[in-house]
Amino acid sequence: MAHGPAKGISRWLFTTNHKDIGSMYLWFSFAMFLVGGLFALVVRAELFEPGMQIVDPNFFNQMTTMHGLIMVFGAIMPAFVGLANWMLPMMIGAPDMALPRMNNWSFWILPFAFFMLLSTLFMEGGGPNFGWTFYAPLSTTFAPPSVTFFIFSVHIMGISSIMGAINIIATILNMRAPGMTLMKMPLFVWTWLITAYLLIAVMPVLAGVVTMMLMDIHFGTSFFDAAGGGDPVLFQHIFWFFGHPEVYIMILPAFGIVSAIIPTFARKPLFGYSSMVYATASIAFLSFIVWAHHMFTVGMPIAGELFFMYATMLIAVPTGVKVFNWVATMFKGAMTFETPMLFAIGFVVLFTIGGLSGLMLAIAPADFQYHDTYFVVAHFHYVLVPGALFSIIAAVYYWLPKWSGRMYSEILGKTHFWVAFVGLNLTFFPMHFAGLAGMPRRIPDYHMMFANWNMISSVGAFLFAGAQLLFLYIIVTTIIKGRKATDRVWENSEGLEWTVPSPAPYHTFSTPPEVK
Amino acid sequence: MLMKAKRLTALLLAPVVLMMSHQALAEEGGRWSYNMPEGVTPVSQTIYGLHMQMFWWCVAIAVVVFGIMFYSMIRHRKSRGVKPANFHESTTLEIIWTAIPLVILIIMAIPATKGLIQIYDAEEAELDIMVTGYQWRWRYDYLDDDVSFFSNLSTPREQIQGLEPKGPHYLLEVDEPLVIPVDTKVRFLLTAADVIHSWWVPDLGVKKDTIPGFINESWALVTEPGTYRGQCAELCGRDHGFMPIVVEVLPKEEYEEWLAAKREEAEAIRALTEQTFTFDELYDRGRDVYNRWCVACHQGDGQGVPGTFPGLIGGISVGPVEGHLDVVVNGVRGTTMQAFGSQLSEVDIAAVITYERNAWGNNMGDMVQPIDVFNFKQDN
Repeated sequence: MAHGPAKGISRWLFTTNHKDIGSMYLWFSFAMFLVGGLFALVVRAELFEPGMQIVDPNFFNQMTTMHGLIMVFGAIMPAFVGLANWMLPMMIGAPDMALPRMNNWSFWILPFAFFMLLSTLFMEGGGPNFGWTFYAPLSTTFAPPSVTFFIFSVHIMGISSIMGAINIIATILNMRAPGMTLMKMPLFVWTWLITAYLLIAVMPVLAGVVTMMLMDIHFGTSFFDAAGGGDPVLFQHIFWFFGHPEVYIMILPAFGIVSAIIPTFARKPLFGYSSMVYATASIAFLSFIVWAHHMFTVGMPIAGELFFMYATMLIAVPTGVKVFNWVATMFKGAMTFETPMLFAIGFVVLFTIGGLSGLMLAIAPADFQYHDTYFVVAHFHYVLVPGALFSIIAAVYYWLPKWSGRMYSEILGKTHFWVAFVGLNLTFFPMHFAGLAGMPRRIPDYHMMFANWNMISSVGAFLFAGAQLLFLYIIVTTIIKGRKATDRVWENSEGLEWTVPSPAPYHTFSTPPEVK
Repeated sequence: MLMKAKRLTALLLAPVVLMMSHQALAEEGGRWSYNMPEGVTPVSQTIYGLHMQMFWWCVAIAVVVFGIMFYSMIRHRKSRGVKPANFHESTTLEIIWTAIPLVILIIMAIPATKGLIQIYDAEEAELDIMVTGYQWRWRYDYLDDDVSFFSNLSTPREQIQGLEPKGPHYLLEVDEPLVIPVDTKVRFLLTAADVIHSWWVPDLGVKKDTIPGFINESWALVTEPGTYRGQCAELCGRDHGFMPIVVEVLPKEEYEEWLAAKREEAEAIRALTEQTFTFDELYDRGRDVYNRWCVACHQGDGQGVPGTFPGLIGGISVGPVEGHLDVVVNGVRGTTMQAFGSQLSEVDIAAVITYERNAWGNNMGDMVQPIDVFNFKQDN
């Protein structure tokens, strides 16, 4: 028990402590969130009104590309890994992660990957400008020279994710306290276990596709070049075989977080625990057989279109089960609306809207009109921003008192929620209209008929960005001078993490707790 | 309960109704267009029907789910002094809310399947047009009629840069639209010369990727003459936002007249290859060609974009004519510089090379005649 944290910088460089590593992941992802947000603001500023005002079209493309890459790989994914690091051992009564040294390594290679990715913006020819989906041959034959650095940084991110996933699986399967059977695990543990398997399954596919790009660019192969016997559409199949499970990687842990928060503030146990577990597993399975719904317009045979349409529509069933279970949990509860609960309810409502537009997109014939328009941009931002991001913010408010031992200001937290809520709806709801009216995505300039929606979106985006600076302020002031939190923090919080003191000591559960 | 549901629906519909009044504005090219166009082909109308049907399903689902949720958020709050219930499981409920969505999905899937079968039926077309995507323009080949041309953005750069007021069809106008006859099943064969593009005209209900090395198929049967506008829908590089599509649908007789005129025009351009031009004729024509074809990358002042697109001041423009011809005619493999030999006529290539060699202080004083280009193509 005598082992406390080391002093100075070496504490952070050499740490194998899951709490330290979790904190670093969270701070890193927050930094990336601000960088990715800055890029989005450049995009929204240019789109504020028709005409080219601020940036060159090529730089605009770099901004949309980098915004996507940074948010997906730098903000959302590491934030979930950070939460997993902090919470999984405490939730299952383990003293630390199963593979602590690898844990250090999987975090510390990330900053280098993103340093390399961001440095491409300053290279001759600029950074990646081919969209975060980097379709060949735009990303191979026609790419700027910096694409090689992009490929290498994706490799490093992939290695980091795979190591993190291995660690999480090993921890959950081997280090549960006595009595913590699989079907007693909190849902956040369950969703992360399934997410980790998804990561192990698809990150190598991503590594494979970027390696094929590397070969095409530098070593004379023609995987994606028809002139050499290859096929550009092959790229899309491989990419989306990674890409579709990837979107569930970004949402399954969110389901777990919301399933922890809603029962606490509804003062009622989670409704349908086992159906939640099975629904999560079904979504994970389906995620592997729907990838080509991203490619309805590439000219697949009709049998393929039909298969992917039906399979995609099926996802609505387990996702619906989850939403119904959350609503049933709230029903006849005794609810209070502290900040984590506000974000969790915002999640359920707005994620459902994103899910419904997803159902519309699944209808292949209609997708011929929706595909690659702002309707799609609206859809995936609704599932990622009030979806993945809101759940992360909710988790921070929910567990910050446990981490820091201090309470945040409820008034500021609620202000943060309402400004963010209004900002994001102003930003993303009009995009549905712009897309349906015919505005393609990824264009730096547009016809006047899209002007009003874009102006509203841009105003909303800056408002939303302001809310996140408030978030930073709230976190910092809470850690420095928030009032002391109790061990249980919330009136009705359940789970092992609330049985340890606040702030959680450097080492918890050195002797395993007994779970009944 | 029923009354409540009705009131809720009315409340939810309010913004939609409100926006209906903006439709008039939308038709004037206003700024409030908010929905998918119904379009002018059987396919586009099928898609519109499916879209609206799906939309109302989604509204209905949202009303039910959010209705229960908000009811519970209002009634079941701790501040009202309620005691929480403790139920947390019901196999019956789980089965019900798995089965009902499944039934709804099947109801949705039936018309969707029919729609897809209709879209995929490109058989028995009366007219075949090859659509080729280039960075950043479209090429249309009328396969049975020996007519072929490019379609470029015609919005002046001054409008884009905000130096002039924007026209009514800002960024949705081209120098030469695709022309097709009304009430005729037209089959599009789609491919690309460089990267993947996507040919999209909302009113036709057609969006199909154009993929280099492969040929995709789509079709349209337009029932109303008129002008319909669309854009490239797949990110294809720097000027992805600047390659619109304009389709002009003409009555059949007018279409035949247009076709005949187009054939004559092609003949006339071929004849120009044998003519000799003065320096000024070439220089002036070259400036026009440059501003339509080259300016997007090499910029109006010939400076290019450092690191991405080479400048044309000095360098190749002051080197040997042969080298200059080679780059323009054959392109530079592995870069975005295309082979313009198959895209521009001999006279246009001659003119643009003459222009580049004498503009922006390049004062080479030499010129290239169409016949030189013809001979170069023969030898290379």
